[in-house]
Amino acid sequence: MEYFAGEYDVIVIGAGHAGCEAGLASARLGMKTLMLTTSLESVALMPCNPAIGGTGKGHLVREIDALGGEMGKNIDKTLIQSRMLNTSKGPAVHSLRAQADKKRYQASMKLTLEKEKNLDLKESEVVEILVEGEKVKGVKTKTGARFATKAIIVATGTYLKGRIYIGEVNFEGGPSGLFPANRLSESLEDLGVKLRRFKTGTPARIHRDSLDFDKMEIQPGDKEIVPFSFMTDKIDKEQVPCWLTYTNENTHKIILDNLSRSPMYKGEIEGVGPRYCPSIEDKVVRFSDKNRHQLFIEPEGLDTCEMYVQGMSTSLPEDVQIKMLRSIPGLENVKIMRTAYAIEYDCLDPTQLKRTLEYKGIDNLFFAGQINGSSGYEEAAAQGIIAGINAALKIKDKEPFILDRSEAYIGVLIDDLVTKGTNEPYRMMTSRAEYRLILRQDNADLRLTEKGYKIGLVDDERYNRLLNKKKLIEEEKKRLKNIKFTPTNETNEFLKKLGTAPLKTPTTLYNLIKRPELSYEGLNDLDKDRPELPKEIKRQVETQIKYEGYIKKQLRQIDQFKKLEGKKLPKDIDYNKIKGLRLEARQKLNEIRPDSLGQASRISGVSPADISVLLVYLEQRRRLQNRSGQDD
Amino acid sequence: MYDTIAAIATAPGEAGIGIVRISGNKAIEIADKVFKGKRIEKLSEAEERKLIYGYIIDPEDGKKIDEVLAVYMRGPYTYTREDVVEINCHGGIIPVRRILEVILKNGARLAEPGEFTKRAFLNGRIDLAQAEAVMDLISAKTDTSFDVSLNQLEGSLSKEVSKVREILLKMLAHVEASIDFPEHDIEEVTYDNLQNEGKEVLSRIEKLLSTADTGKILREGLKTVILGKPNVGKSSLMNAILRENRAIVTDVPGTTRDIIEEYVNIRGIPLKIIDTAGIRDTDDIVERIGVERAKELVQRADLVFVVFDISHDLSDEDIKIAELIKDKKVIVITNKIDLPKKVSKEKIKELLPDKPIIETSIVEGVGLDLLEETLKNMFFSGDITIKDRAIVTNVRHKDLLIKAKKNIEDALNSLQMGIPIDCIEVDIKDCWENLGQITGDTVTDDIIDRIFEDFCIGK
Repeated sequence: MEYFAGEYDVIVIGAGHAGCEAGLASARLGMKTLMLTTSLESVALMPCNPAIGGTGKGHLVREIDALGGEMGKNIDKTLIQSRMLNTSKGPAVHSLRAQADKKRYQASMKLTLEKEKNLDLKESEVVEILVEGEKVKGVKTKTGARFATKAIIVATGTYLKGRIYIGEVNFEGGPSGLFPANRLSESLEDLGVKLRRFKTGTPARIHRDSLDFDKMEIQPGDKEIVPFSFMTDKIDKEQVPCWLTYTNENTHKIILDNLSRSPMYKGEIEGVGPRYCPSIEDKVVRFSDKNRHQLFIEPEGLDTCEMYVQGMSTSLPEDVQIKMLRSIPGLENVKIMRTAYAIEYDCLDPTQLKRTLEYKGIDNLFFAGQINGSSGYEEAAAQGIIAGINAALKIKDKEPFILDRSEAYIGVLIDDLVTKGTNEPYRMMTSRAEYRLILRQDNADLRLTEKGYKIGLVDDERYNRLLNKKKLIEEEKKRLKNIKFTPTNETNEFLKKLGTAPLKTPTTLYNLIKRPELSYEGLNDLDKDRPELPKEIKRQVETQIKYEGYIKKQLRQIDQFKKLEGKKLPKDIDYNKIKGLRLEARQKLNEIRPDSLGQASRISGVSPADISVLLVYLEQRRRLQNRSGQDD
Repeated sequence: MYDTIAAIATAPGEAGIGIVRISGNKAIEIADKVFKGKRIEKLSEAEERKLIYGYIIDPEDGKKIDEVLAVYMRGPYTYTREDVVEINCHGGIIPVRRILEVILKNGARLAEPGEFTKRAFLNGRIDLAQAEAVMDLISAKTDTSFDVSLNQLEGSLSKEVSKVREILLKMLAHVEASIDFPEHDIEEVTYDNLQNEGKEVLSRIEKLLSTADTGKILREGLKTVILGKPNVGKSSLMNAILRENRAIVTDVPGTTRDIIEEYVNIRGIPLKIIDTAGIRDTDDIVERIGVERAKELVQRADLVFVVFDISHDLSDEDIKIAELIKDKKVIVITNKIDLPKKVSKEKIKELLPDKPIIETSIVEGVGLDLLEETLKNMFFSGDITIKDRAIVTNVRHKDLLIKAKKNIEDALNSLQMGIPIDCIEVDIKDCWENLGQITGDTVTDDIIDRIFEDFCIGK
């Protein structure tokens, strides 16, 4: 039985990390929004590692937050351990990571969704996307409800035709024992969306009380918790440690002896798995010279004894899993609570999407998250907020919101996906960003909050915070420039004590901070009228001064980059008709249909000469249009 | 709007004059740095569109490169509609090349094929009807340069550049892996290791810059030494070469009192003949300047013309000289064949195996042609067009090598200062990318692939 169940501006299918950000962004931008999920138990589910952030990913969370997203606030509320990674390296690659209490993370996010006005959250499986002409018009659910809508955001994660593999056993299934969604795949294929199979996996969960922590190394959190959200001032809470242990030759022997029972090695799984997240059998085979691999034992939450075995993702059979875990120091008597599995699922080739994450073939159909071939909660959430914003902007008939590679990791992520595509589940890495020194996690608000405010997603409180922060930074930098030193004995004595060269000519405090061996704090005694400033302001000032030379270098590179990005390619170009383009370039350009020359230059198979040809073509076209304009 | 570009505007070869053209908003500024007028200090002080007589100098050391006529023209009334400077210099390969190099060193970029015309079009100078011709030009020229890069791929330059890039890729993968996977069991990147690898990269780039074989020949001429004991005909050989071939530049006597360097162009190959003119009267180099000195001369030489008098028996001195040069590129000249022969060709072959032997009578002009032909074949496979293409690509390559050298020097400097690794990485990556433009490969995904190949990473 089919019935009409209501009308919305935006419908989000799926309530994982992409769906949550998409739904919230859409609702907060005034759209009447419906979120549909196969199970309300799966809202903001973390089916794999119990952590948010890490290198590159932490940057994404900060950016989502700076735009007015929810992930940063939610993890700040529910974290049970926090660490800033890479502190021995430069500020650009400092990366925040927090262990989450999974259940509390979910509950807190679910409540936020429930309390959001303009947003309805319902449990129901979407089985069909309804399209009229070349535009979406609604969805149909398994139970016969038909909802009308102006835009749809598909954020189905790994549920589409999900198949679970544990050794010789395999069955239809979603992550964490949930049901898969089978029929939506067919609906998408009927609409012409090209799908393919990817694979990922997760390690076992084990019982805390069955572990001997004396045989492991403790991994405590940082003394001072740095919040993810720019809106969180301070987090004071007791932290829970993680534990480090290692595999050994015995473990490896067990794995190698049973390799023939792994579906990966038998070729039963056709999906492509991520290289950065290999199964333990992969690691043992590929890096056979390593006699041990590290494992982190991480708590899944405060209200559970489940622990996550990071480093031990596998699709070996259950009996082998028990054997190999028990060969590990501290895990001799381990009790498995959830078995490790590999999951294979449908996802789409993201080159079918625009940079707004809208599907090129159907108007107002957006895709976000793991279905786009990405991996990770943070990558999903980043796409979610962009899809949510753009769905709302499109309905309001406003300019799309696109971040480019020089503005945000989010820009790098989406540009990589839609321009280059991906052959494996895509994970954010800082090395993917060309302008890493500019795209720091500490300045995400300085880069993005203004933009979020213009869209309408950032509220006045957050915006005023930004303005105040900017003001303090600029004032302090100016003040430091005005503090001058001459090479007096007193000054040079002090500098000598700090282990730095004495002055020969007059200089400013600003310039002294640039010396690698000196710091803003360390020069406190030379700076008599220093104002009391919040920590993040001091850090920001120091970073901006210290790395000024490098930052300028990258800003110059960005200028170059922007020139090509600014050259827009009209939507109606027929690349087959442009003389001088090589055949491969024509095909690729027709397929991807880049927005700008810059984007075109990043498509594999498009050469610098092709770009030159396009540049000339654009000028030719412009002049022809001018001429016909004059004729009119 | 665009950066400033420069290129040699005249066809390469032996024309009477050569023209180097600069276009872009820095064209005049750059010209002011490298041009010194006879009457005025800077070109921009002169009247626009008027040829001014003066010199191109290298601002680094103030040395004169060539005497020239230069002119500047302000946009938009120029071919490209940008500011343009044209420098008319002596023809031939060396002057234009040296002038171009000094211009590139002072802020211009080498123009891509067809780029002046492309700019002319983009800036509205050329008629719309010509647009497609411009596109063809770009793609056609690129195909040609693609050929060249394929040729070069087999050459030693690209092989060596690939090796250097391999070191850089290893450095980058290690740095990136340690940044992106800080909690993994990855050997820490130490500044010491990076310094060592960086120094290795620097020295290899420097070596490339100084020895890239044809590049060196074309830039400053092949260092050639004429060796032989007294009275075998060295002076006659020198005079014959100078008489038959137009000397391009004659340097003032060199830094050492005894030695004069003569530049001469033989069949398109510039030679810098290191002549022992100051001691030509006594003529006995081995005796006069000593074995050590002769060794040093030979060591620095790219090519040795060794002259034997075959109308006399070989002396100890001849054998000493042969010993000195047995590992060098040598052309053996057995002179005085117009006189009764005392030494057989076989005997010479025994003394210097595998070296080309030219029988001459320099006083009668016999064998000189063969000598020149042999010389030519030794360096280009007799194909004049390969030489011409090599010039273009080599200037571009040199430009890129210089940039790469600067990048790695910056990186080494920063390593020394203890700057954070993610800042230093910027320079290492730039170096890798600049070198990649020589081999035609700059895909950043390589680094990520390499991380997963080299390091065991995963949750």
